[in-house]
Amino acid sequence: MRITCPYCGTRDLREFSYRGAASDLERPDAEAPPEEWHAYLHLRDNPAGVTRDLWYHEMGCASWLVVTRNTVTHEILACDLARDVALKAREAKR
Amino acid sequence: MAELIAKTPCAGLLPVRHGGLSLTECAPTAIHHLAAYRGAAQLGVALEKAHGLGWPAPGRSTGAASARALWFGPDQALLLGPMPVAALARHCALTDQSDGWAHVCLSGPGAEEVLARLVPVDLRAGAFPEGAVARTALFHMSALITRTGAESFEIFAFRSMARTLVHDVSEAMKSVVAQRG
Repeated sequence: MRITCPYCGTRDLREFSYRGAASDLERPDAEAPPEEWHAYLHLRDNPAGVTRDLWYHEMGCASWLVVTRNTVTHEILACDLARDVALKAREAKR
Repeated sequence: MAELIAKTPCAGLLPVRHGGLSLTECAPTAIHHLAAYRGAAQLGVALEKAHGLGWPAPGRSTGAASARALWFGPDQALLLGPMPVAALARHCALTDQSDGWAHVCLSGPGAEEVLARLVPVDLRAGAFPEGAVARTALFHMSALITRTGAESFEIFAFRSMARTLVHDVSEAMKSVVAQRG
């Protein structure tokens, strides 16, 4: 598997480490109800198909990436900087 | 007071030579890490003004042998050579890492083949011209690699890994030379 880092270009899987679902970026407000926090902390989808994960370019430029991939075909559909994804989400909230 | 003996990271380990290939320790130089506080634009201007070096684009370097800036990640660079002027610290976290890196030079015919055995990035001249920089894996280690000539590369690895670095690169050199017959 190869991941295309927006800075470094296409790189081998061994340079990256996996964190988990990209929903980690969607942290609820401090005052959000417990159900929302429970979902954020503990509930994860396990899709057969398109999923979005957080990956860390650990042995490269040290960027956090949101990788959109298909768990069935192993196709990688997009790689974005987690910073950009988080900033865009914050903009959309306003 | 204890008398401390100053040693370079690869003292006693290098140079190593195999069939025209050589691995040597680069002359000790000042190495400073620059991590911009708010984007690299202002820092780039300050770097140009103070040291005459442009801000390096991703995967690139600027300057020449005695003063260079190597891309080190988003909004980060390694300054090699000059002692940075204090004014730079207004725009970035500035860290002296001179003693933190094992800094070696691999050169000779087949240097590309040696690195091809260790590094999962295409370092041939077409994809990785002189001055290009890659932060990548060298066998099991994180390293920064830059091409300094048609048959020469500089490699930076953490100082604590100097012995492993020398071992891994030497073994790859031996195997490339052995296969040549």
